[in-house]
Amino acid sequence: MIQFSDVTTWIHQLLSSCMAPWLVFLIELVVAAVAAVVALLVCVIIMVYMERKVAGHMQLRHGPNRVGWHGLCQLFADIIKLLLKESFTPTRADKLLFTVAPVLSLCVSLLALAPISWGPGLVLWNTNIGVLFVTAISSMGVIGILMAGWSSNNKYALLGAMRSGAQIVSYELSAGLSIVTIVALAGTLNTGGIIESQANGWWVLKGHLPAIFAFIIYIIASTAECNRAPFDLAEAESELTAGYHTEYSGMQFGIFYLNEYINMGVVAMIASTLFLGGWQPFYLPFDFPLAHAFNDIMALKFMETWPAWISWVSLAWPLVWFFGKLFLIIFFMMWFRWTFPRLRIDQLLKLEWKYLLPLSIVNLVIVALFIVLGLHF
Amino acid sequence: MIKEELKQYLEQTFPSAKVDETFDFPVLFLTKEELIPVMKQLRDAPETKFNFLFCETAVDRNPEFEMVYHLTSTYYHHDMMVKVILEDRENPEIESVYSVWEAADLYEDEIYDLFGIRFTNHPNLRRIFLTDEWVGYPLRKDYQDDRIISL
Amino acid sequence: MENQTVTPSELKTEEFVVNIGPQHPATHGVLRVEVTLDGETVKDVLPHLGYIHRGIEKMTESLGYKQSIFLTSRMDYLSAHINNHLCALAIEKAAQIEVPARAKAIRIIMDELQRLTSHELWWGSCAMDIGAVTPFFLGFRDRERILELFEQNTGNRLTMSYIIPGGVMNDVRPDFVPKLKALLKSIKDYRKEYDQLITGNYIFQHRTQGIGVLSKEQAISLGCTGPTARASGLSCDIRKLYPYDGYEKLDFKEVIDYGCDNWARYVVRMEEMSQSIHIIEQLLDNLPTGDYRTKLKGVLKLPAGEYYQRVESARGELGVYIVSDGGAKPYRMKFRTPCYSNLGAVKPISVGMKIADLMANMATIDLVIPDMDR
Repeated sequence: MIQFSDVTTWIHQLLSSCMAPWLVFLIELVVAAVAAVVALLVCVIIMVYMERKVAGHMQLRHGPNRVGWHGLCQLFADIIKLLLKESFTPTRADKLLFTVAPVLSLCVSLLALAPISWGPGLVLWNTNIGVLFVTAISSMGVIGILMAGWSSNNKYALLGAMRSGAQIVSYELSAGLSIVTIVALAGTLNTGGIIESQANGWWVLKGHLPAIFAFIIYIIASTAECNRAPFDLAEAESELTAGYHTEYSGMQFGIFYLNEYINMGVVAMIASTLFLGGWQPFYLPFDFPLAHAFNDIMALKFMETWPAWISWVSLAWPLVWFFGKLFLIIFFMMWFRWTFPRLRIDQLLKLEWKYLLPLSIVNLVIVALFIVLGLHF
Repeated sequence: MIKEELKQYLEQTFPSAKVDETFDFPVLFLTKEELIPVMKQLRDAPETKFNFLFCETAVDRNPEFEMVYHLTSTYYHHDMMVKVILEDRENPEIESVYSVWEAADLYEDEIYDLFGIRFTNHPNLRRIFLTDEWVGYPLRKDYQDDRIISL
Repeated sequence: MENQTVTPSELKTEEFVVNIGPQHPATHGVLRVEVTLDGETVKDVLPHLGYIHRGIEKMTESLGYKQSIFLTSRMDYLSAHINNHLCALAIEKAAQIEVPARAKAIRIIMDELQRLTSHELWWGSCAMDIGAVTPFFLGFRDRERILELFEQNTGNRLTMSYIIPGGVMNDVRPDFVPKLKALLKSIKDYRKEYDQLITGNYIFQHRTQGIGVLSKEQAISLGCTGPTARASGLSCDIRKLYPYDGYEKLDFKEVIDYGCDNWARYVVRMEEMSQSIHIIEQLLDNLPTGDYRTKLKGVLKLPAGEYYQRVESARGELGVYIVSDGGAKPYRMKFRTPCYSNLGAVKPISVGMKIADLMANMATIDLVIPDMDR
């Protein structure tokens, strides 16, 4: 069966046979980055379409269904509209910060893509501080929001930015501690390593009790990190118009909008990497023949004897699992948005500091006990 | 108390004031000076307990204004009206009953806006419907506006 | 600079004034509220009205009584039938007009259906103000079906002008009763779903319980009526206290709660919806036959005098005070609208709360601006 490493070595040999090594390095860098960003943006496009359709169907209506077949081209129409709109900077706004804020948020979100493992051997930056890097970079996202709120010279924007800043900074703690739970179980910060350690079952099942708690806490905390409902106080439409991006219009607003979905995407990728097995297919950790047969089918063992030209399927298989889990978690986040009312700022912060954080710490202690006593699978 | 009993009670309790009746309610006519003490008495007296001001308005009876207060009791569920005649058409003024019922706050803003009757001791008398620069008081019978076109 | 230690309580913060409205998703119409904030806490609330002031009271002085009915639907368009009913009752009382039994029954059915639509819309927008967007569509789904019935039978969806002095404008269609029965059954089923979705939702309960407390004494002093006052324990349902058009013969509860907070107002309105359905079901089973209107000849003139009529609108006590000089046009027609008095309750219950609570308070008091502005 073909592996991703075969493909990458083939490309490398092709390029180094006709170019200088430094040029090869540069081209590979650019190609890899562009491929990752394009893949993410395609995900984001699907996410935006999904959001509108899911929202529509949950609200007893169709969602976009005029532009293109079943509304598929709606996002392109919206992007063209945003590009053609006047990007207006308020007179008394801080011009430099106002322009830099959306760009900074976007860069920070895209940077978090680097250590994520999309398939076996398919990772932009195979570092052994992968998960730590992602959490560190996500924390920088709050700077962009505060910049946007402050530089807008608008009371509503400032209020929204302050609320958002407090919220993100608080919820990073619980999210981080849930991540630490799985890192402790897996024994490595390397995303590829964590996924490999789930070859005999997803951590949410293997680590049972503490891992399930950590998963739930992580989903709640990361929904709050992305400023999604029920924690979307920063952009509460019915209270203070649009919060920190009130004054933005045109493509600058488009960048903030895109950024929200990129954040969601990154968060869902981390969740699926840590808890749901990344690109690993489903594995039944039982010891009878039916389970073994199932696992073999999932691992595509039957394809080993097939001719090489059809084994490209084995390249796509882990990607199917990866994106499947990604969109499953995103669907849950969208489901929350259209079901629950919004929390008030003091209730939101109380939830984090009085409930989620102590629970995460206790969970961490429990998982440490489990590891020492060998109670996990 | 039903209308007749209430009318007798008012005639006995306020011998100096004129008592009349409309289709639904007994009416007590008061002067500007005795308005607040009598209203407080009507609110606090155990036989009447008129603790709810449910309507306050003014009627422009050329040439005088008539302030109309509709009172009801949440205990006995009886109602009455209190009227005060304001003779002065240029600067009509009367004391606010905000000190008796807080509901008067908004009612009196509306009357000031549309009739021009000023209320003393009101917490924040302002033109509530029309803009602050509006000239004239629309609900008066002699309100003229060049912008009104009669077909 | 000398070394001064400042304790947190001595730190001065600056208050700033924020304008909410008149174009705002949460103000339910064109209401401008000037809020003075200290950080996140509300210090003062000053409402500014008049954006939809059409001078209805002045207009009635130049229109005859029959034409004024059409103006009343536009006052609180979410209780359009009830507004028309009010005017019709006042005129019938003054001019001593008898209304046939069938007309009375149809009027009550239309009133209660109108109350249902008003509360459905309130439920949807209340949930939307607190953050859950989906109930808006769910509430409107039920409302659409009832409005469809209105359109088939009265000719209009929003400002019907169907209830007129003497009875109703035209008889209901033959399929009105079976369609309505089917519709009520489906609404009852949906109500169970809505209870699970919003009423039983932990977040919603915590956003509304203990917030916006209006004590009974305050409600009485401010002149609040309707579900706003009934949630503070004040018994003020006009249908029970001063019944009209046959309400005295119907079996329904006056819904009173003693919680005084937003949650109590929410619960009172939800229960009122069930009571409305119950009233309609009682009438549907034995709808009297006969005439639907007493024809009025010529120009309608009320005898000289003053008349006051009150009905229970979806928001509280709706009243009309007619001063007649014996002619064809009223000398003065004053409408006592419930929302104008309930507006006075917004400031006392919101001062000291967060701005998110101000929105929740305005949502549960159920303000409709055309009712205030007339």
